[in-house]
Amino acid sequence: MPRNDVLTLLVYFITLISLSIPLGYLISQVLQGKPPAYLKWLIPVENLVLKFSGTIDQEQKARSYLKDLLLFNLMGFLFLFVILVTQGALPLNPQNYPGLTWHLAFNTAMSFVTNTNWQAYSGEASLSNFSQMVGLTTQNFLSAATGLAVIAVLARGLSRKMDGRVGNFATDLVRSIIYIFLPLSFVFSLLFVSQGVVQSLADFKIVTTLEGAEQIIPTGAAASQIAIKQLGTNGGGFFGVNSAHPFENPTPFTNFLQLLLILLLPVSQVFAFGKMLNRPRQGYAILFSMFLLFIPLLGLALYSEHTGIPEMGALLEGKELRFGVTESTLWGVATSAASNGSVNSMHSSFTPMAGLVFIFQMITGEVIFGGVGSGLYGMALYIVITLFLAGLMVGRSPEWLGKKIEAYEIKLALYALLIPGALILVGVCLAAVMPWGLSSLSHGGPHGLSELLYNFASTVGNNGSAFGGFAANTPIINSIFGLCMLIGRFIVIIPVILIAGSLGNKKTTPASAGTFPTDGVIFIVLLSGVVVIFGALTFFPVLALGPIAEHLLMLAGQTF
Amino acid sequence: MKKNTQALFNLKDVRVAFVDSFIKLKPQTQLLNYVMFVVYVGAILTTVITIQEMATNRFNSFNLQITIWLWFTVFFANFAEALAEGKGKAQAESLREAKQNLTARKIKSGVEEIVPGTSLHVGDLYICSAGEVIAADGEIVEGIASVDESAITGESAPVIRESGGDRSAVTAGTRVLSDRVVIKVSAEPGESYIDKLIAMVEGANRQKTPNEVSLGILLLALSFVFLLAVLTLKGFIFYSSSDSAIREAYSIPVMIALLVCLIPTTIGGLLSAIGISGMERLLKKNIIAKSGKAVEAAGDVDVLLLDKTGTITLGSRQASEFHAADSVSDNELATAAFLCSIKDETPEGRSIVQLAEVKYKINIDFFQSKFEFLPFMAETRMSGLNFEHKGQLRELRKGAADAVEKFITLKGGVYPESIRKTVRSIAQQGGTPLVVSDDARVLGVVHLKDIVKAGIKERFGQLRKMGIRTVMITGDNPLTAAAIAAEAGVDDFLAEATPEMKLERIRYEQLQGHMIAMVGDGTNDAPALAQADVGVAMNTGTQAAREAGNMVDLDSNPTKLIEVVETGKQLLMTRGALTTFSIANDVAKYFAILPAIFAGIYVVNGVGVLESLDIMGLHSPQSAILSAVIFNALIIVALIPLALKGVSYKALGAKEILRKNMAIYGFGGLIVPFIGIWLIDRCLVILGLV
Repeated sequence: MPRNDVLTLLVYFITLISLSIPLGYLISQVLQGKPPAYLKWLIPVENLVLKFSGTIDQEQKARSYLKDLLLFNLMGFLFLFVILVTQGALPLNPQNYPGLTWHLAFNTAMSFVTNTNWQAYSGEASLSNFSQMVGLTTQNFLSAATGLAVIAVLARGLSRKMDGRVGNFATDLVRSIIYIFLPLSFVFSLLFVSQGVVQSLADFKIVTTLEGAEQIIPTGAAASQIAIKQLGTNGGGFFGVNSAHPFENPTPFTNFLQLLLILLLPVSQVFAFGKMLNRPRQGYAILFSMFLLFIPLLGLALYSEHTGIPEMGALLEGKELRFGVTESTLWGVATSAASNGSVNSMHSSFTPMAGLVFIFQMITGEVIFGGVGSGLYGMALYIVITLFLAGLMVGRSPEWLGKKIEAYEIKLALYALLIPGALILVGVCLAAVMPWGLSSLSHGGPHGLSELLYNFASTVGNNGSAFGGFAANTPIINSIFGLCMLIGRFIVIIPVILIAGSLGNKKTTPASAGTFPTDGVIFIVLLSGVVVIFGALTFFPVLALGPIAEHLLMLAGQTF
Repeated sequence: MKKNTQALFNLKDVRVAFVDSFIKLKPQTQLLNYVMFVVYVGAILTTVITIQEMATNRFNSFNLQITIWLWFTVFFANFAEALAEGKGKAQAESLREAKQNLTARKIKSGVEEIVPGTSLHVGDLYICSAGEVIAADGEIVEGIASVDESAITGESAPVIRESGGDRSAVTAGTRVLSDRVVIKVSAEPGESYIDKLIAMVEGANRQKTPNEVSLGILLLALSFVFLLAVLTLKGFIFYSSSDSAIREAYSIPVMIALLVCLIPTTIGGLLSAIGISGMERLLKKNIIAKSGKAVEAAGDVDVLLLDKTGTITLGSRQASEFHAADSVSDNELATAAFLCSIKDETPEGRSIVQLAEVKYKINIDFFQSKFEFLPFMAETRMSGLNFEHKGQLRELRKGAADAVEKFITLKGGVYPESIRKTVRSIAQQGGTPLVVSDDARVLGVVHLKDIVKAGIKERFGQLRKMGIRTVMITGDNPLTAAAIAAEAGVDDFLAEATPEMKLERIRYEQLQGHMIAMVGDGTNDAPALAQADVGVAMNTGTQAAREAGNMVDLDSNPTKLIEVVETGKQLLMTRGALTTFSIANDVAKYFAILPAIFAGIYVVNGVGVLESLDIMGLHSPQSAILSAVIFNALIIVALIPLALKGVSYKALGAKEILRKNMAIYGFGGLIVPFIGIWLIDRCLVILGLV
């Protein structure tokens, strides 16, 4: 790896951490209803929105909070679905695109409501500006804010004593949008525009090339969507090829910025979580665990990419030459870790081992940083299981920060951890033997299996990136993936909120020498180990037949 | 170690357990354990397949061997459970003998009538005299008797039971050794203490503990996803190879073998044995837990309430010093104190004699037959002796300060101010002052001290390391209490404690999130025992206390609470360790079975690329699968001793314990099966079984 690339990586991680600490502080302040002084001028806006929406800022019990969250997301889904189906009759449609088919609209609406941003459509070829701006971008904000709200709920459940109330959904949602997502998106949109990312409501440009051919150059309100797409770990590009498109990601600087934004909130929220618990060390420990998994995975992917195919060297197929191997690989690993799903290269073209890294991060539940909210609350479930085992092993009923972990919490955590994995396994299995799955495949052999595995893991894990070539826009696949995204999102959110409510209701046992500390080295290592063993054990056979077989075949001189 | 192994398996136990293991093959019994039920169903399926193959002349020795080993797996789990149950059964048997064919002399309208013990009801009165066995639980309403309770406690020394007070409860099955008592029945037939004991030790109504429930859910969930993994693999193989031989090689027996290897059978098979043996270990320490839940809760205890008397201190006061009055020699005081106590058989009296002998070299040369000894009397609150000296009657006395003061004032003596001072200062230090007088003259003061038990401070130190705070409860004044607390090394104390205060304290601590254990014996302890998370009642205690607590200590030795806590922790640790071990084992099993299944898929130059996953270099696909299944079965047997004995426990902080257990059971769980499977594979080859 060239020295410059090493430097890039270093600068990247240092910038990431140094921006995450203050942002984490901001998030914790905002979610606790204490916006910092420099954002006080936004308070009237918050009050206005809350008043206009008729919100009574009263703390809710977990079930009531959950009901509001689910209802709100259902409304968001219906709203988006209607926009997509009827876009032909709606304004800001310079290209006069017709409404989407029901299944594509279902899939797309589900995709954006669940923070997945799986794209079975191609933005510039099928969506109007209205659909992009009012429909998709709105959901980019709302789905990220929903995720962050769940983190607030979890922190409250863990830090309160014998109090089942977990906050107010509407207030949490509005605050995080007004004080966090909107200001940040605004600033970054301007930065992107300054670098040449398009932001326009004009018609597509039709130009004549030097060869005399006619070329259509698509434009649109891209910059404003791209900021939140990265910030909110949404990942849905304005253009079909996402951040590989020169209008979406024109310069090395935008590339660096977008890379930064991919992991910015997922890392910040961990700091914020520790802050909200009033135990910063808990946050650091979780973050260390994430890095302990991320760094070796990144290393493996980089090594594999730089080594490439024997006798051929590093792989550049499917990558933008302007970004090169290292930055494309870093992006790929980051975007699959963060359940972001935006891409700046074609993931299908990576080496099998890099593909394995992407898949691994998704099948373990998108918890290595993970999405806004979802990464951390997913990790929280692994923590529950880790502490259950650790508690037993030290001879004490398991507890987390003094809250006893009992059958109810274990049951819910297992639903959330195991159902998504089961869904992926069953989905891939069916797709691998049924015509509807096989006919959409663009590759055969182990690479085809990786393709299926990747795409199911991506939708269930709410990542949204795709393993190239897969023909996803069919009624049956749109429906199945739509359901995968739905289940993958809410089978985790529902248990997390219920667990938070239940923990909040419990007494807090004061720590003693007999308590297993959840901020030490052993905890960090154990948590990482549980993510690997617990998260990936059931996938070992299919990984062997997919990326591992492909890798071994590649070494034997056979590629797919 | 050798001794332990012997204790764990004596031949008779093994024989009984062996038979029981077959009885446990009933589907109803198997259904109680989901993980093992999966193995059970798998074994039945492979049996059917094997028989079918035999019938159609397609006999396959591999399938037969898989079948056999699956049945062994089921059998070994049954055996572990049966072995754990065996000990309890033996104990229950001896208890049952104790209460067989009991008769009682029931008093019916003033007339004695001999009736069977089972016909006695609550409120009935009956008589029991020396040599007779008590026929039903009750309270002594009349008389006093010494009772041999060895049938229940195993302790041969008789105990005194008398009407009124905290020692009135008697238990059916125990034998009256002396005197005659009238007993009022307090339990209906079949609900007596001994019946409850039998039920408890047999584990007849053994309920799962909270952590067992959680663990059960975890194991069930894991089994379910592994079932999916095994089933979906069929689809992946179909996708990956169009060769029908390869597709069929992943047959139902192979699928079952893979499934059984992946699901956590090690912990699943040993789970109930661990729980039962935990109760068993307590039983061996002569503690009967009324539920497994209580044992488990004991592991979580972080505050321990201990009665001072008998637990922290020896329960009797001992002379530690003589303080002579002005113008009285130490020797004179010591001599007088010695003479006053020479016939005093109380521990206090004996300690005075001992102190005088050892420290002041007083000996019994003085002993004269003319001495008239006066034992301690409640009215005078003094003891002493009268003797003739130069024709005059001299009266030596020792007793409570105010009693002696009254005594000598009556005789015209003066009670010196310096003595008053000494008395006050001894009381403030937590001691008991005894004033010694010779006629109207005060000789000095004996300092009686509460002696803290040897080694108790170290014990509390251990508890502190385990994260448990000790609170001493005493009726003493705060000053005294503080002095003893400091000496014993307890963390906190509750002085001048009343039953209400005890209860209040427990509630308060619980509200702070603590788990409380408490030891008690008196009726006034009953509310506190019931409120505490772990209440250990002394067997010598009242019926009320024994009902209220969730454990009964047959030896009535309060420091045993510490062992209860250790056993509780050990129980959880054993479950945790074996769960971790079980899950970690899966990695090696994958490396054995998957290369075997995948060998023919993606062949380049005659070699399946996935065969390189076979890092153990096993003999053949069949031997690999078989070795994994055999390892899976044998590991259950190998771990039975651990399950019954529990993982070793030392009083360490949570961090150290976890580090140690992770290294042994987590890391060991990753490594051991690689070695084990490889060895079994070699053996199979040598034996020509594959």
